[in-house]
Amino acid sequence: MTFKIAASPHAHQRRTTQQVMRWVYLALIPGVLVQTYFFGFGVYVQLALALLTAWVAEGLAMRMRGRPVAHAWQDHTAIVTAVLLAISIPALAPWWIIVMGTAFAVIVVKHVYGGVGQNLFNPAMAGYVLLLISFPVQMTSWPIPNELAQLQVSLNDTVSLIFSGYTQAGYNLEQLRMGADGITMATPLDSLRNDLNHQLTLSEALTKPIFDDLAGIGWAWINIAFLLGGLVLIKQKIISWHIPGGMLVGLLVPAAIYWLFNPDQAITPMLHALSGATMLGAFFIATDPVTAATSNKGRWVFGLLVGFLVFVIRTWGGYPDAVAFAVLLANMTVPVIDKYTQPIAYGHGGRS
Amino acid sequence: MSVATKAIEAGHIWTFPGGIHPPERKEISNQTPIAPLALAQEYYLPVKQHSGAPGELLVQVGDYVKAGQVLTQVGANNGLPVHAPTSGTIAAIGPGIIAHPSGLADTVITIRADGNDEHVALEPLTDYTQLSRAELLDRIKNAGIAGLGGAGFPTAQKLALQRPLDYLIINGVECEPYISADDRLMREHAQTIIDGTEILLHIAGCEKALIAIEANKPEAIAAFEALLDKHPQLALRVVPVKYPSGGEKQLIQLLTGRQVPSRGLPIDIGLVMQNVGTAFAVAQAVLQGKPLIERVVTVTGENVEKPGNYWVRLGTPVAYLLAQCGFKPEPEQRVIMGGPMMGFTLADLSVPVVKITNCILVPSSQELAPAQDEMACIRCGACADVCPAQLLPQQLQWLAKAKDYDGLEQQNLFDCIECGACAYVCPSEIPLVHYYRKAKAEIRNIAREKAKAEVARERFEARQERLEREKQERLERHRKAAEARKKAQAEAVAQGGDNPQDAVQAAIARAKARKAAQAAAAQQKNKEGDDA
Repeated sequence: MTFKIAASPHAHQRRTTQQVMRWVYLALIPGVLVQTYFFGFGVYVQLALALLTAWVAEGLAMRMRGRPVAHAWQDHTAIVTAVLLAISIPALAPWWIIVMGTAFAVIVVKHVYGGVGQNLFNPAMAGYVLLLISFPVQMTSWPIPNELAQLQVSLNDTVSLIFSGYTQAGYNLEQLRMGADGITMATPLDSLRNDLNHQLTLSEALTKPIFDDLAGIGWAWINIAFLLGGLVLIKQKIISWHIPGGMLVGLLVPAAIYWLFNPDQAITPMLHALSGATMLGAFFIATDPVTAATSNKGRWVFGLLVGFLVFVIRTWGGYPDAVAFAVLLANMTVPVIDKYTQPIAYGHGGRS
Repeated sequence: MSVATKAIEAGHIWTFPGGIHPPERKEISNQTPIAPLALAQEYYLPVKQHSGAPGELLVQVGDYVKAGQVLTQVGANNGLPVHAPTSGTIAAIGPGIIAHPSGLADTVITIRADGNDEHVALEPLTDYTQLSRAELLDRIKNAGIAGLGGAGFPTAQKLALQRPLDYLIINGVECEPYISADDRLMREHAQTIIDGTEILLHIAGCEKALIAIEANKPEAIAAFEALLDKHPQLALRVVPVKYPSGGEKQLIQLLTGRQVPSRGLPIDIGLVMQNVGTAFAVAQAVLQGKPLIERVVTVTGENVEKPGNYWVRLGTPVAYLLAQCGFKPEPEQRVIMGGPMMGFTLADLSVPVVKITNCILVPSSQELAPAQDEMACIRCGACADVCPAQLLPQQLQWLAKAKDYDGLEQQNLFDCIECGACAYVCPSEIPLVHYYRKAKAEIRNIAREKAKAEVARERFEARQERLEREKQERLERHRKAAEARKKAQAEAVAQGGDNPQDAVQAAIARAKARKAAQAAAAQQKNKEGDDA
């Protein structure tokens, strides 16, 4: 009788990478539902396109690298990348936008750097930035929240718009994005930014119909939904609170101070927190373990840095939202953060 | 009394970072009292069952021995003796498989039991306080007692270090899942453990002992609570359930808030720790004169019909122990010596139970599923979150794979206690501890090679130096000899004797004359030739 030899420990928690990733995309569901409610079925079409592209790209990259394809599909990391990118882009963007972005994220940002666990940059955000810089018009053409839209877009129209650029009735995206006043409607942060740049005061800027809600119609609820999903992840110990906590503190504390001194020229902390990709970024993007700092202290520093960069870019930078840039910039600093936040090991003079 | 000491006295329990909560599964084995095990036919006693050098053999093949008879003595290399577990004849002495993860062979004494189980006469002690410290230490050493908690460090050697002590800590935490040997021992023999603790205090010259038990052992806690009123030197500390709270360093942190310095010993911070099993064995050795020939072993897992705790004679083959417990192996069965977190698998069941064997675990593949394929690290940091030593396991993993030994030392690889918490939580099922063990072994090898090379270099340099010195000495000798000769000559001349220099000069003149004559002759010859 031969007995099996194995290295200790013989017990395992059995929370696989796949399960971790599954928790991440399940926790995104509330946010996705709310986003769909405000921006239409386009969200689903983008998701489907992204998932298909990620699946093909992952398989292709693994085959080219001579590695087992099934292995990569099993870990579900590409699914998370695809979902994050799909919900970051405007719901009615043309199909090739999401396909290009996802393929770039998976093949170049992840696999060229050595595959899962080896990439320096957050794949979804690197894909997003590539698209934003290359196709600024398509990437900033967010549809009007359904509540304010003149024309409701059906599922058929959505598909038709994404694939051909026109609804079945022949409207294009620009026409759909007109408000009642005939002016193309921007996202709250975009609109605010333009108005503040045009010397309007905050109270004047906030009179636009898009601000008829907490922090811009739709956006506040989307952020709250992502916040809820994020809290579930913390509860499930999929992520630690350090990165989201750090990012929110890093963003909101400077924002609050700046706003107190410039009450009429600054974005309010409330708008910072509940608009744009703040909550998605804090709980789902900055927390990507591969590209974030590793120790809890390091995570806290990393989160603070992301938050602060978001504040700086939103306030003085060239882009209305800043999560993607902030995350990528912070990704670059991770080796340095890791080096200087190494915890003091037991017996090396630390206090308990 | 300092604030920290006051807190220790008040029973404050500190915490340690990280740790995990694996399923405890102790109920499989802790329901029944410790049972005796029927005698086996053969016993295999490795001469080395502790950390340190083996003792010197005292017996030969064919000798008849009684239970408790000493088989090896302390000897020149200060080893720890082993004793015959039962009566019988020595059937063989030679290489045999020992209880070690390597599966390598070491010297093993095989005893064929005669079934009579005759014991040597014991020498009990009525009042141990009459004995000197050295005599008590000898009694413990001669009983062959090594730390029964797992490390197997000779107990007398640990106690012999005479340094000021604040506390003796008796470790009854037993945090490793499945194992309940200490739990049952504490429930059934609390008084003997207390006696042992008092003896240890007496020897160590220490005032106070802290007995630590994990909160998941209420019966053991109750057993001590009932007895401790009469023993003011002893205090009970209940520590929360968390793995690895029973690790020496972690328990020290829990009970005192102190940290053992890296590469240091608990005694450096005024502490000494002993396992409850060791305290029990010390009481038996000192009071009854009983040598260590048996210990409690937990036999557990879903693939034995009669799990529980057994008094097992040292040297009992694991195969026999399991057979007695109704072992039903499945295909690819793992037989683990120790617990699921730190135990090692046995390839061959002729391996004997030794002093450090606390558990034999035979899990089904449902309860402890075999490890799956290692996946890529996603840097999730779950390992760092659970590391009780505050290391960065994933960095260690990258460095170990890259064989960056300097980097590993910078990341304090040697402070890793190999508890396995990191590998337990790893979502990619990377066998992290395995990588660390391998890297540690490689670093030790490199250090050994380096030390060897250093010795060789020193030897070479010493030889070069010696040769150079000898050369100088030779030259000096020659110089002195020449001087002495010159001096002697000068003295001889001064005294009117022959100057040897004159003879030399004469010889030179003679030689010159002869050369000149030869030259002239040659010239003459040439001339004659021309003329002809």
